[in-house]
Amino acid sequence: MKKREGEGYSKKNLDAALQRDVSANPSSPVVAAFRVFQLELDAKHDKYERLVKISRDVTIESKRTIFLLHRVTNVPNAEEVLNEAEGKLDAVRQKIGQIAEELRGEDIYQFHRAFTPGIQEYVEAASFLHYIRHRSLISLEEINARLVFMRTERAELKGSVEAEPPGAYVLTFQVTPSDYLLGVADLTGELMRMCISSVGNGDIDTPFQLSQFLRQIYDGFSFIGNTGPYEVSKKLHTLRQSLGKVEDACYTLRVRGSEIPKHMLADLFCSRTAHVDPEEGLV
Amino acid sequence: MSVTDMFSHIQGFLSADQDVREDIRKVVQNLEQTAREILTVLQSVHQASGFKEIPSKCEKARELFCTVRTHISDLKTKFPVEQYYRFHEHWRFVLQRLAFLAAFVVYLESEALVTREEVARILGIEVVREKGFHLDVEDYLAGVLIMASELSRLAVNSVTAGDYSRPLRISNFINELDSGFRLLNLKNDPLRKRYDGLKYDVKKIEEVVYDLSIRGLAKEPEAIEK
Repeated sequence: MKKREGEGYSKKNLDAALQRDVSANPSSPVVAAFRVFQLELDAKHDKYERLVKISRDVTIESKRTIFLLHRVTNVPNAEEVLNEAEGKLDAVRQKIGQIAEELRGEDIYQFHRAFTPGIQEYVEAASFLHYIRHRSLISLEEINARLVFMRTERAELKGSVEAEPPGAYVLTFQVTPSDYLLGVADLTGELMRMCISSVGNGDIDTPFQLSQFLRQIYDGFSFIGNTGPYEVSKKLHTLRQSLGKVEDACYTLRVRGSEIPKHMLADLFCSRTAHVDPEEGLV
Repeated sequence: MSVTDMFSHIQGFLSADQDVREDIRKVVQNLEQTAREILTVLQSVHQASGFKEIPSKCEKARELFCTVRTHISDLKTKFPVEQYYRFHEHWRFVLQRLAFLAAFVVYLESEALVTREEVARILGIEVVREKGFHLDVEDYLAGVLIMASELSRLAVNSVTAGDYSRPLRISNFINELDSGFRLLNLKNDPLRKRYDGLKYDVKKIEEVVYDLSIRGLAKEPEAIEK
């Protein structure tokens, strides 16, 4: 797909349009009407492309936050990492603020396809951080509550001391329930990874906590079943695989944990998951 | 909030959403039924006997558009107006058909391109999004493109029925439409695909005009005009 790229493209467009105009009869009402449509469609497509761009930035930054959070398991000072992640997510939220600004006065579903990947990734990162901190699932309301932005009109920016200048307005961004669900489904993959790496660090409790949490999420998704959007049922399969791996890890820990010295557990565990993997595809 | 609570909360959202979709689907089915009836009425213009009856057929079609308006006002009550694009897919197809039918009726009556405002008026909807249930510009354009292929068929059939002047008028009209569409910067979407078909309609009508002119059949109306 061709991307519109700023000034260069629109100038080329203009030239091309001018050339076409020579052949079109400018006085005709049909041509006049289509010129109006041209403006309307171009404005819409430009907005769409701008949203896609912001959404990509949101995706990239959220992914980086998730990688950062994975480091939490083998770092002495976890709090430092969590604070850094929080800082990164603040930056992501500013980007989402830009999306909210683009969508001001628009029907958000008209452009939903442009920014849904970014939002899902953000939900994944935010819920991952929330899980590490509180060992619970972040709710849709909690996510939405943090996506409220105060904006002031440009004119008011020059040093007014009032707390609420008259041009201030509140922007909110509402994550849709299905974006939330898809983000949570992605979260389970991250949790599975976290489980494996915490075994590597000799952490015996985390895998059991994680398997319980994942089981709850899996039950939740089974409860929703096919009432959800199509993508949700697609993710259910991956979710099942993640759950299988985590449950298997807990099984190994329980059975062999008492027999084998802790420092060897990790090796044993890794070889076992590798052995189980090919069977997983058949289930 | 526990995980289970959270999921049953979301489940509530989803099943409410499904109910709305179910309601919309029912109304859209009625709309499709009426659209087919209108199409059947208008199809008779392709028959040799139908050419004289064009005004009466158009009148009949316009009567049927009253039913369309009641269905659409019914549809408007089924969902919150600011969520138009959330459910857009459900009525997009039928709205394009209806835009085509409205455009076709207006063409048969006045041989002019229907404006977007006129289509919206015939269907009893708005042009601008802010005012409520509206006609998306892409749906309007798609409807116009469906009409173009219908007109290329009409050109062929009017020759068969012995009306040699109509293809020339259709040819002028379609050419104007084509230059209008060439002004648009379309993305690689369904509208673009449909627009790619327009050149075949143009070509077909040009062939008809060619056939008529090499046989001297096209001259007759020009002589009358002079």
